[in-house]
Amino acid sequence: MDRLTKDDVHPKILQKLLEDTDLSIEDALENEMILNMGPQHPATHGVLRLLLRLDGETVVGCVPDVGYLHRGYEKMAENMSYYEFIPHTDRLDYISPMANNVAWVLAVEKLAGIEVPVRAQFIRMIVAELARIASHLVAIGSFAMDVGALTVFLWTLREREKILDIWDILCGARFTNSYTRIGGVANDAQPEALAKVKWFVDQLDDNLAECEKLLNTNRIFIERLDGIGVISKEDALSYGYTGPNLRASGVEFDLRRATPYLQYDKVDFRIPTFTEGDSLARYFVRADEVRESAKIVRQVLQLMTPGEIKSNLPKQVLPQKAEVYSKMEELIHDFMIVNFGINPPVGEVYHAIEGSKGELGFYLVSKGEGHPWKCKIRSPSFIHIQSLPHLVKGRMISDVVAIIGSIDPIMGEADK
Amino acid sequence: MELKDLISQKLESNFPEAELEYSEYRGELNIKFNKKFVNSICKFLKQDSELEFLLCEDVTAVDWAKRKNRFTVVYHIFSLKHNFRLVLKADVDESDCSIDTVSSVWKTSDWQERETYDMYGIKFNNHPDLRRIYMPEEFEYYPLRKDFPLMGIPGSLPLPKK
Repeated sequence: MDRLTKDDVHPKILQKLLEDTDLSIEDALENEMILNMGPQHPATHGVLRLLLRLDGETVVGCVPDVGYLHRGYEKMAENMSYYEFIPHTDRLDYISPMANNVAWVLAVEKLAGIEVPVRAQFIRMIVAELARIASHLVAIGSFAMDVGALTVFLWTLREREKILDIWDILCGARFTNSYTRIGGVANDAQPEALAKVKWFVDQLDDNLAECEKLLNTNRIFIERLDGIGVISKEDALSYGYTGPNLRASGVEFDLRRATPYLQYDKVDFRIPTFTEGDSLARYFVRADEVRESAKIVRQVLQLMTPGEIKSNLPKQVLPQKAEVYSKMEELIHDFMIVNFGINPPVGEVYHAIEGSKGELGFYLVSKGEGHPWKCKIRSPSFIHIQSLPHLVKGRMISDVVAIIGSIDPIMGEADK
Repeated sequence: MELKDLISQKLESNFPEAELEYSEYRGELNIKFNKKFVNSICKFLKQDSELEFLLCEDVTAVDWAKRKNRFTVVYHIFSLKHNFRLVLKADVDESDCSIDTVSSVWKTSDWQERETYDMYGIKFNNHPDLRRIYMPEEFEYYPLRKDFPLMGIPGSLPLPKK
């Protein structure tokens, strides 16, 4: 991390950085320092760049700079069919690709008015909750690593590895799953996959308790997070916080409860809420949510009955591959859907699910064509990074690392 | 149904000149109005004690390419009190490509408006910090406009110095 000169920072960013004072950059650099943190920095969880204005070790100003991973997914979505975009959703929040798959197909189904069989909905709930568990395990582990507790990272990743093994059985891929389909899921959940899910959620509680024991009794961990990066209830709402970060600030808001989708109204779960709004509360919320997700998965396994996994709408839902090769009708439909898309009626919808990081929404505009006229991805990480200047102002530079870890941004999603 | 009536009734009585239009699709209430009223309508919807749209989920725009009012700015706002999502829309023409900011109402719309500006070139009046967010500051085009090619424009992104 080098000292910056005037030429290295864009004048508009510089202006924002120095806006609280009438000092010029030369004056500021006499006593203060402009530190360039990232985009390649292990603690920024990807390619997030922060420009910090420091007085000694205290952060006076902060300007986040995103866009280093901008791939233009919204533009690409406008030029491909609804089916083709499913693999691209894996690359948004790459820690929980299954949740993104579910969010995308739910938005498209709402746009096209497709009903999905109950078993497929339950399978989607299982994968979305397992994705949340995986995401929170990585969040807790990397967060602990950021503040110096390395062991926890290894332990939580060991648990996540078991989820990746489940993905492997379920859909043949460990990271980029692309498991859901419009109108259902790619294939039925195999009995061995469901058995492994059951085994996993049963052993999770003990293993999570072990991880928590390492952290909750760790005085260094607690003192580095307690009261750091506090955001009040009003500010959190105004900044558009959703998900665990909002619940850590004392707002009991969860889209699974507020606007029930899939079969979430049939399961019983608690919404963990803390009132402190600091980094420690955000960690506690995530740890509690892992337990609640495991509880939901356990209930869904009880409720699930055998049945269809795709709706019977040949013009809109891709047929099974085995039928494509043996039946004429299916071959024609497969050809039509792959080449021309599913042509939802003219209209526009917004559908959001409670993703692992917060509200993950897709806004789709259809002109009755095979590809969307517009697709907007509402990603929680983008919104959360926006509040960083508010959180880090007046804190020490070492707290910045803890605060970034506590809001858990994923740059694949923030930069789209 | 009652809540939708309440919203339209309140808006009608407070903003008779805003050219309000209502439509509903898949259970979502869409309200379209004249862009001059965006700030006052948003402030009203947030502060009214019976509605309390405290959460601004999303701000974006749609490019209709060949229409007279080329762009529509779309706001998705959510009321935690009623668990209700409302869609607000305002048309923006290319000749006067600007609309008032709502970042004074919801802080979160600061970056969302920057993103809309970056992608569509719609200027947000009185925005505290209207810079490009994803693309470099020197970039001259607006990538999500329909006349911007998918392949990009060769030479439009210079390689970094050094």
